[in-house]
Amino acid sequence: MIYFEKVTKLYSDKSVGLSDVTFSVEAKEFISIVGHSGAGKTTLLKMLLAEERPTSGSIFFESANIHKFKKRDITKYRRRVGAIFQDFRLLPNKTAYENIAFAMEAAGRDDEEIEADVPHVLDLVDLKKKIWSFPHELSGGEKQRVAIARAIVNQPDVIIADEPTGNLDPINTYEIVQILKRINDLGTTVILTTHNKGVIDSLGRRVITMDSGKIVRDDKEGRYAL
Amino acid sequence: MLITKAKRVIKAGFVNFWRNGFVSLASILVMTITLFVIGSVIFLGTIFNYTFSQIKEKVDISVYFVTSSNPQDIMAIKKNLEALPEVAKISYTSREEALADFKKKHENDEQTLQALQELNDNPLGAFLNIKAKEPSQYEGIANYLQSKDVLTKDGISIIDKVNYYQNKAAIDRFTKIIDGANKIGLGLIIVLVAFSIIITFNTIRLAIYVSREEISVMKLVGASNQYIRGPFVVSGIMYGFVSAMFTLILFYPITLYSTKATDNFLMGFNLFDYYIKNFGQLFLIIAGSGILIGAISSYWAVRRYLRI
Repeated sequence: MIYFEKVTKLYSDKSVGLSDVTFSVEAKEFISIVGHSGAGKTTLLKMLLAEERPTSGSIFFESANIHKFKKRDITKYRRRVGAIFQDFRLLPNKTAYENIAFAMEAAGRDDEEIEADVPHVLDLVDLKKKIWSFPHELSGGEKQRVAIARAIVNQPDVIIADEPTGNLDPINTYEIVQILKRINDLGTTVILTTHNKGVIDSLGRRVITMDSGKIVRDDKEGRYAL
Repeated sequence: MLITKAKRVIKAGFVNFWRNGFVSLASILVMTITLFVIGSVIFLGTIFNYTFSQIKEKVDISVYFVTSSNPQDIMAIKKNLEALPEVAKISYTSREEALADFKKKHENDEQTLQALQELNDNPLGAFLNIKAKEPSQYEGIANYLQSKDVLTKDGISIIDKVNYYQNKAAIDRFTKIIDGANKIGLGLIIVLVAFSIIITFNTIRLAIYVSREEISVMKLVGASNQYIRGPFVVSGIMYGFVSAMFTLILFYPITLYSTKATDNFLMGFNLFDYYIKNFGQLFLIIAGSGILIGAISSYWAVRRYLRI
């Protein structure tokens, strides 16, 4: 479904983001990418979101090279990829409801669908009570749930989660991972980056280990090995 | 779908305007100053034009003819003068009319009237009063009057005197003042308006800079450029419209007060009257400028952050 082919990203001569990275992700897989800070995890996800272009190599999504997309196609492609970030990245002037509704509006969904689906996904992440709260009125865990709800509301093919538990306490971390697992069980591919040993060990799924922009391990039922 | 999208964009623009209260207020304040400058330029321009045209009205030259001149010859000169492109208006005053005017002017002055009586003949000559289209053109007209074209058949000039030569210094100076005022005024207006527009543009840019993270999130969520930009442009239009309202309201007491304060030296020009009578036009210019500046600034400011 997703295929990285010899992808290299140089920020400058001395700063290497990714170096000759090749791997593929199957549909409905749940893969975790681990590594120290600066290992290239976030760079890898930015490439996948078409936020940055590789210096060399290609990234394919269902056999289409995503860096050859036109602007309009990038917009359409991003609606098929849900993104979750460590710093949540909610729209600060919109309520939980509006944040999720925005993703649906952007995808051109009609008002009836939005009115039906938003409360439903908020229920899925167990946040129905805070539907009209602004981000600054929510705790870290709650914000991340809104972000997840926003990422899944358009039923994307892939969820990209960049250290989603990095700012959360252990209980919230556990719950967020449970939600991601549930999403994966429902058939969505999940790509997760994390530092958290506990999360990786409890998942028992595929683990890619990165170091200095390179893939150093790729284990089918991996454990945290750094 | 297009209508739904337009509705969503407009609604989001209004909501952002309201929820970003502090940023909106700052933008409106700066924009009000810009629109105030534009409005003041309109008012000052009108005052200058009115005052100058009033003064211009008062400038003319008179051509006095010798008492022995034939009215037909004078009419011929008048006709020639009227053919000149510089001449706006010529009025003819006959010897008799000149005498009647003189008597009327001095009706309380017994001595003068008595002296006049003692003369057998009317001592006053006929004269032409000439108004040029522009003050700078009087010299040309005066030169023409000195040329041979206005001589009678006998080769003797029937012109007694042209008062341009007495008033030359004053007319020249007045011409220079108008020219100078026009040039300086235009330069000043361009600089002033340009500066205020640049300041407004930068304020709106800062306001949108605050939202740059939001814009990138919207992009990553899959919103199209137009859908992201729309609400910002709507907010920009609202800044312009609200600022225009403030500016127009502000001009009410200002024109009212300055009309009272400047009554004496504006030659009867009523600024407040002008404000009331031309309110529609002022509204269109000021609100139009505000909306245009707001919309264009927002459109351009968002552009930078749409590149991911």
